[in-house]
Amino acid sequence: MTFTIKAALLSSAFALASPALAAGTHPVTGEKLADDQTFTYRVLDEHTSVDPQIVEDVSGSEIVRDLFEGLYNQDKDGNLVPGVATGYTTNDDKTVYTFTLRDNAKWSDGKPVTAGDFVYAWQRLADPATASEYQWYMEVMNIKNASAVMSGDAPVTDLGVKAIDDHTLEVTLEGSLPYFAKTTTHTSTFPTPKWAIDAYGADWIKPENIVVNGAYKLTEHVANERLVRERNEMYWNNDNTIIDKVVSLVINDENVALTRYQAGELDRTEIPAGQYPALKASNPDEATAFPRLCSYYYTINVSDNAPEFLKDVRVRQALSYAIDRDIITEKVLQGGQTPAYTFTPGATAGFEVPSVDYATWTQDERNAKAVDLMAEAGYDKSNPLELSLIYNTSEAHKKVAIAVSQMWKQNLGVKVSLENQEWKTFLNTRGEQNYEIARAGWCGDYNEASTFLDLVQSGSGYNDAKYNNAMVDELLADAKTMDDPQANYTKVEEIIAADMPLIPIYHYAGSFMIKSNLIGSWPVKNVEQNWYSKDLYKVAE
Amino acid sequence: MRQLETRSHQLGAKYRKFLVGRTGKSPGLVHIWEQFWRRLTLVKVKRAALLHGDRMFNFILRRVAVAIPTLIILLIASFWLMQSAPGGPFTSERPLPAQVLANIEAKYGLDQPTYVQLWNYVVGIVTEFDFGPSYKYKDRSVNDIIAQGFPVTLTYGVISFVLAIVVGGVLGMAAAIRQNSWLDYFAVGITIGAQVLPNFVMAPILILIFTLWLGWLPGGGWNGGEWQHLIMPVIALSTSYMASIARLTRSSMLEVLRSNFIRTARAKGLPDRTIIYRHALKPALLPVISYLGPAFVGMVTGSFIIDAIFGTGGIGYFYVNSAFNRDYAVMMGLTILLGSMTIMFNMVVDILYAWIDPKIRL
Repeated sequence: MTFTIKAALLSSAFALASPALAAGTHPVTGEKLADDQTFTYRVLDEHTSVDPQIVEDVSGSEIVRDLFEGLYNQDKDGNLVPGVATGYTTNDDKTVYTFTLRDNAKWSDGKPVTAGDFVYAWQRLADPATASEYQWYMEVMNIKNASAVMSGDAPVTDLGVKAIDDHTLEVTLEGSLPYFAKTTTHTSTFPTPKWAIDAYGADWIKPENIVVNGAYKLTEHVANERLVRERNEMYWNNDNTIIDKVVSLVINDENVALTRYQAGELDRTEIPAGQYPALKASNPDEATAFPRLCSYYYTINVSDNAPEFLKDVRVRQALSYAIDRDIITEKVLQGGQTPAYTFTPGATAGFEVPSVDYATWTQDERNAKAVDLMAEAGYDKSNPLELSLIYNTSEAHKKVAIAVSQMWKQNLGVKVSLENQEWKTFLNTRGEQNYEIARAGWCGDYNEASTFLDLVQSGSGYNDAKYNNAMVDELLADAKTMDDPQANYTKVEEIIAADMPLIPIYHYAGSFMIKSNLIGSWPVKNVEQNWYSKDLYKVAE
Repeated sequence: MRQLETRSHQLGAKYRKFLVGRTGKSPGLVHIWEQFWRRLTLVKVKRAALLHGDRMFNFILRRVAVAIPTLIILLIASFWLMQSAPGGPFTSERPLPAQVLANIEAKYGLDQPTYVQLWNYVVGIVTEFDFGPSYKYKDRSVNDIIAQGFPVTLTYGVISFVLAIVVGGVLGMAAAIRQNSWLDYFAVGITIGAQVLPNFVMAPILILIFTLWLGWLPGGGWNGGEWQHLIMPVIALSTSYMASIARLTRSSMLEVLRSNFIRTARAKGLPDRTIIYRHALKPALLPVISYLGPAFVGMVTGSFIIDAIFGTGGIGYFYVNSAFNRDYAVMMGLTILLGSMTIMFNMVVDILYAWIDPKIRL
C-alpha cells in the first residue's frame, strides 16, 4: 500500500515536472524526443518591439506569438485552433461574436487571463494616444466605432468590444464579417496586462518587468544580438510544451548565418539567394522550400500624369508577355519560386488560380504576340520604346531587373534604363508616381485573396499604379459580404491580366535550412509561416 | 607691446561691463570671464614671458573654444540634412492611413516645424539628458541603445586599437632598424597583404576557418564580452589599422634615422639602443600620432561591418541602419556621440602633438 502511494506520488511529481517530457516521447506522435530542447534561429534584423499592440515586423511577431496568446492560434496547416478562447457563438448576420475564454489561462504573475484583458488591449490598440502603426487593424476586423475611436472623435470605451464577465468576451462589428475569428490570430489583438503597463510605462516589456500569458517568458534581450525566451510555468498548456528555450540571434549577413548553421550554432536559417539547388543536393533532409503568400511584380504607372505610352494597354501587355518567367525563377533565382501570371498566389486559402489567357500560351507565342502588339502601338526595333525601371537597392532585385530588361531588349527592342534607389527614397518616388515602371512586392496580411486584390482598388493607399477601374471596385466591394467570392476574384484577375496595370513575375517561396531533428515539427504547410515554438520539438537522432 | 596689452585690457573691460550689465551683480561669473579673457589674450600678448604650463593650458583652451561651435554646427547641419532626406520614419511599403500617421506624428512631435523639433530635441538633451525615442525600435530609447551598444563597441575598439599600435609599431620599427633584412621583407609583405584585404572579406573568411573548419571559436554574438567572442572581431577590425601603423612607423623611422642629428649621435659613439630610444623614437612617432586620432575614432565609434557580420550588437550597425530607417532621434543621438568623440580625440591628438613638438604650441 505504502509502495503504491509512493509510486503514485512519484508519478504525479513527474507529471508536474513538465520538462521531463523533453527526455521522453512526444505525447501525441510517440516519437522519441531529444534531450536538449533548445531552439536557436537566425533573424535578419532586430525586432521592433515585443509589445503586442506596437510590434510591426515579422521577427517581432514571431517573438510575440511565443510570449502572448490571443483568442485563437494557427496549427501546422494554418487552421484555427483555440488559444485563450475555447469557442465562440455568433448571431445570424455575423455582426456579434461572443467568445468563451478558458478558465485555466494565467498570466506569468499568476493572475487569471480575463475578458477584460482583451478589452483593454483592443482599446489600447485603437487609442490614438498609443499611436500604434497597426491601429488600422481594428478597421480590418470591422469592429464597431473603430474609426471614430482612432480619430479621437469617440472615447475608447465606445469600441465594440466588452467583457460580459471574466470569461465571456463580446465583440460587435460594423457589418458582417464571416471570417472574423481568423483575424484574432494577429499579434496586435493579443491581450496585455494593464497593471504592468500602468506600473512600468514604456519599460514594461523589459525582461525584468514583463508579464506574459504565452508559453514562454522573456528572459534576456541584448539589442541587435540576442533574445532568449524560456518556459512559462504558468502557461495553461505548459505540460504539453516541449521546446524549453528559444534563442533568436541577430545575424545580418545571410552567408555568415549559413556558415554558423553549418557549424552547428543554429537550428534554422534562411538560404541565401541562388544557393537552394546546391544545398538541396548536399543536404536534402535540411533544405526546404515552400510557397509563401507573397507576389513579386512590376507596377506600371497608369496615373493621370503617366507618360502616354504607358497608358496604351498594348504596350503594357507586350511588356508583360515578353518576360520569360520560367527563366527568372529557374535560372536567375533558383529558390523554389513559382512563375506568376496572376497577382494572387495559388497558395492563398480558398483561392483557385483562374486560367488567364497568356498563362496558357508558350513563351514563343507570348513573344510573337508581344512583337505584334508593340508594332500596333507604333514601336519596333528601328523605332524603339525607351523607358525607365526603378527598383530598391538589392542584389536580387538587380538580377531580376537586368534579366527583364534584356528580355525586353531582345524581344521588343525596348531600351530600358535601370535605376536603383535606397529603400525609403524608392518608396517616396513610387508613392508619388514619379516613375514609369517600378519593382514591387506584396505579402498577404491574412490568408484570403482580398489581401492582394484590394491593391488594385482605386481607393487603396497601396495602389501605386493609380489604376482605376469602376468594374474592379464594384466586384471587390461585393466580394466582401459574399459567402463564396471566388467568382468575383476570378473576374478581377482576368481584368488585371487584360489591363495589365501590374506585371506579375513570380510568387515568393520561403527557403530555409532546418536541422533534420526539428524539421518534422516545422509548419511548412502554413503559408503565412505563423509558427509557435510551443508546437515545435526536436526528435532524438 | 605695451600698446597691444592696453588694447587688450580695454577690450576685456568692455566685455566685462557688458557681462555685468547683463547679469546684474554676479562677481563669480565676471571673475570666470576675466580669467577666460586673460588666458585667451595673454597668449597673443605675453607669449614670450609665459611659462611652459601656461602655454599648454592656453593651447587646450583655444582648442576647446573651437570644438564647441563645431559640435553645434554638426548638430544643426545633420538635423537639417536628415530631415531633408526623402521619406520619413513611418514611410513604409504599406503607407499608413492618414489618421494613423497623424496620431503617430502627434505622439512624437513630428507634426511640428523643423526648428521647433530641433529646439525641443536640444532642450530634452540639456535639461534631462534625454536623447529621445527610437521610432523604429519602440522597445527602447536612444539612451538605452547607446547604453547597451556603446560599451560593446568601446570594448572591441579599444582592444583593437591597443593591438594595432603595439603590433604595428613594433613591426614597423623592427623593419626600419633592420632595413632590407628578411624581417623587413616579412613586415612589408604582411602589412601590404593586410591592407589590401578589406574586413568585409576577411571577416567571413575568419568565420569559415575558425568556426566551420576548426570549430575553435563561436561564429559571432557577444555573450557579455566573453574572450572567445572578441577574437575574430578584434582581428578583423585591427588588421588594416595595424598595417597602416606599421608602414607609417617604418617610413618615418627610416627618415629620422637618416637625419643629421642621428648621424651626429652615431658620430659621438652613442650605442644603438640609446640612439633609437632617446633620440629617434619621439620624432619618428609624430606622423604616427597624427594618424592615431582618426584611427582611434574609427575603431571605437563602431564598425558597421563588424557588427553586421559578427552580430556583436555594437552601435556601428545601429548608426548606419538609423539612416536607412530615418530613425531621426537615433541618428542624431549617435551623431552627437560620435561627433563629440571625433572632436575630442582630434583635440587629444593635437595636444599630444603640441606636447611632443614645441613648434605647434606657438
